[in-house]
Amino acid sequence: MIVLFGIFLLTLMVITALAIVQTQHLFVAVILAGIFSLLMAANFFLLDAADVALTEAAIGAGISTVLFLGALALTAEHERAASANRLLALGVVAVTTLIVIYATFDKPRFGDPEAPVHQHVAPWYLERTPETIDIPNVVTAVLASFRGYDTLGEVFVVLTAGIGVLFLFGAKPRRKAGPPRLAAHEPGDGLRHYLIPRVVGRLLIPFILLFGLYVQFHGEYGPGGGFQAGAIVAAAVILYALLEGEAQALRVLPQRLLNGLIAGGALLYGAVGVAGMLLGGSFLDYSVLTANPVTGQHIGILLIEVGVGITVTGVLISVFHAFAARGRV
Amino acid sequence: MPFLLDVASWVLLSLGGAFVFIGGVGALRMPNLYTRMHAASLTDTMGAVLIIAGVMLQAGASLATIKLAAILLFLLLTSPTASNALASAALLAGLRPGDTAAPHEDRGE
Repeated sequence: MIVLFGIFLLTLMVITALAIVQTQHLFVAVILAGIFSLLMAANFFLLDAADVALTEAAIGAGISTVLFLGALALTAEHERAASANRLLALGVVAVTTLIVIYATFDKPRFGDPEAPVHQHVAPWYLERTPETIDIPNVVTAVLASFRGYDTLGEVFVVLTAGIGVLFLFGAKPRRKAGPPRLAAHEPGDGLRHYLIPRVVGRLLIPFILLFGLYVQFHGEYGPGGGFQAGAIVAAAVILYALLEGEAQALRVLPQRLLNGLIAGGALLYGAVGVAGMLLGGSFLDYSVLTANPVTGQHIGILLIEVGVGITVTGVLISVFHAFAARGRV
Repeated sequence: MPFLLDVASWVLLSLGGAFVFIGGVGALRMPNLYTRMHAASLTDTMGAVLIIAGVMLQAGASLATIKLAAILLFLLLTSPTASNALASAALLAGLRPGDTAAPHEDRGE
């Protein structure tokens, strides 16, 4: 049954991917990309990767679509006709496809317990998690503790991307004097005259924030963690900005505070690592944080997940504001 | 009793699936945006309600049922709102309900 679902979802994904390539209308392509991410999330869920599915749904289908739409608002709606050599592209794609298909012959069978990936470090993680970290979600244990360096690197990637976007978009002063370009209705005013979305949105935003906090602090017990929670909280704030207008959202969460959040989250993560060093352990070794090593692991994971969540929230909201402010200049 | 529950949930799921299918056919075949939205809203309302009710019967009295109820409430709040926002945006963009095809609409949607 699972295999049937998998084949169904993968077929839909192939169709969606072909449609994305085929359409000239970029707006349609962005929406299709969101659908593709949602199908991918369902597929991850079928493969029992609930953490990845949550991330894909929150970031791939949710926030990315919003950011793409923000980018589209600044550029053209239609793709320019390709003038490059199409036969060459076709040849490259065909050769790559053949190589990839050939490579799949060497892959272990689906779900094979003898596959190399299940023989290397995975058994060690599964064995060690209950005794050294003692949390039910092994994914969080691997992500936050065993492979803490990797996650620190990911947080700094997000941080660097955020800084890059803010530099690119902050090159001009935020609000120049001059007539606003958007003509349909006052920009930055939000959906002030759309009564129903505003009422329902106001009703939902607290619950979205609550769900974000749940995902943040429940990551040790179920699927979730800083990346997903950051995306959900950022989605709530972006929804607020859409409903009440950019200016109001920036009044609630000013850009200076957002900059502080972006840097502060990464700093918190690094500080936890340094604290481990100062207390006599190695970098990002949480066991030395308290007298009981297991409690130390719990505290360390909680703190670094908060750091991840803060940075991701700050970067996503800032990028959204950067796009929106660019449209207004 | 479990047999009756299974039959009831089977009926609900099939009906829900039928409504989703009808909604999909309508979204493809209807002449303009508003009628297509009207057809597609079947998926959000009848389809979602019936399917989630059917799954709730399968889950029985458990935490999963409460979660499903929360999802249903969320869907019942958000989908009509999304439809409303979409329709008002289309109206604001100058699309009249009588038009058969939009001026700059991608046909191969």
